[in-house]
Amino acid sequence: MSQTNAAEINTDVVIIGAGPAGLFTVFELGLLDIKTHIIDILPRAGGQCSELYPEKPIYDIPGLPVVTGQGLTGNLMQQIEPFGPTFHFNEMVETLTSLGSQQAPSFRLTTDAGKIFNAKVVIVAAGGGSFQPKKPPIPEIAQYEGKSVFYAVRQMEDFRDKDVVIIGGGDSALDWTLNLQPIAKSLTLVHRRDAFRAAPHSVSAMQDLVANGKIAFKLGQITQVEGNQGQLTSALLKTNDGVIEKLSCQRLMPFFGLTMKLGPVADWGLNLNENLVPVDTEKFETSHPGIFAVGDINYYPGKLKLILSGFHEGALAAQKAHRYIYPDKKLLFQYTTSSTNLQKKLGVS
Amino acid sequence: MVKINFRDTAAYYGAEPGGGAPTKVKITFVDSHDQPRTVEGEVGSTVMETARRNDIPEIAAECGGACACATCHVYVDSAWSEKTGKASQMEEDMLDFAFDVQPNSRLCCQITVRPELDGLIVKTPSQQG
Repeated sequence: MSQTNAAEINTDVVIIGAGPAGLFTVFELGLLDIKTHIIDILPRAGGQCSELYPEKPIYDIPGLPVVTGQGLTGNLMQQIEPFGPTFHFNEMVETLTSLGSQQAPSFRLTTDAGKIFNAKVVIVAAGGGSFQPKKPPIPEIAQYEGKSVFYAVRQMEDFRDKDVVIIGGGDSALDWTLNLQPIAKSLTLVHRRDAFRAAPHSVSAMQDLVANGKIAFKLGQITQVEGNQGQLTSALLKTNDGVIEKLSCQRLMPFFGLTMKLGPVADWGLNLNENLVPVDTEKFETSHPGIFAVGDINYYPGKLKLILSGFHEGALAAQKAHRYIYPDKKLLFQYTTSSTNLQKKLGVS
Repeated sequence: MVKINFRDTAAYYGAEPGGGAPTKVKITFVDSHDQPRTVEGEVGSTVMETARRNDIPEIAAECGGACACATCHVYVDSAWSEKTGKASQMEEDMLDFAFDVQPNSRLCCQITVRPELDGLIVKTPSQQG
């Protein structure tokens, strides 16, 4: 499985979302000789399974009495490997344009990384939407975002010789504290308590820097920021004792984890019902022919937001996708246990 | 095999005849504009589930109760904080990802509805994520 950087990509199916539903749909499509590209805003496969609960056990996957989110993702990646899907991580689909007809749909998709995809079928497996950084409720923070407030580091040089304030107590907060300290003019780590949910060696490295006076650690929360034209000059810290302290600050990085936002899915002209995409229960197709929705993002009477539902939905969507992609081929229903044809595709025959 | 429809039993609708512990309690959610909403919570479910079943605003509960997202953050009314108890270590870790965390902050998916919580008051923050 490879990452590709080509500017324009032609494929049978684009799957939006690499969570369990999207991954298993690759398998069902693969059995039908349908090639897929799969796009996800996260840096890795697994969706909520790897982002929200990688280490937590899941007990309701049929045939797997207990499996972690990470374990399930690993198993699915192994299961779909014979079909060689191409992954495009760290990318969000921004636009989806319909070009074809009802009988022969085709679509053009663009991502925020500038890639263009041409596909006959689109399968939206976007779960709760796209994972985006949680933004702290600091008044007027929006006007500084991307200029002096950042939720991720794109260019470390941008932090050189700056007074940097980092908020949070997780791995992201500590990793960037350690990475930016050598180049920042000053660095202050702000966290609400004196305990950290991060790798122990990062925590002890950070504590060493505090003990040696290389960085400052403050217990409290940032409640306000000051500056002009997007450039911060200071941040106001409210300590846990209620004291307000003004910190010199030209770069602020809040690390409060990720949250799910529906994002651009809302702009694709699909019918929406409370941020979910209504589908039929025969093909899991949306109101727009050729666009399917599987997993947590779809809605139909009786819908259960379970991983196993997403698997079933992907299997049925693949059957209809086959008709769009191979309109002249008759689809024979086959079992992986007995069909040498399917076993060849799986590389086991 | 005897099939029991629990929803038809007297227990489901309130106190059991004969003075058993109540199976439903009242919970009041006060939103960030100070609007209170009082609803019934089933003993054994969580405060988060009670909120979701009753369409209480300002509770997102993205992860569905796995203590994995910090979007069911509430402030427990001071009169009740002793009865609801303290956050576990795992819950404290997740509260790092919530905003404006106060000493009475809890993730309400981790508060199980018990008979002694009848009358519980919690306040929801203006922002969950």
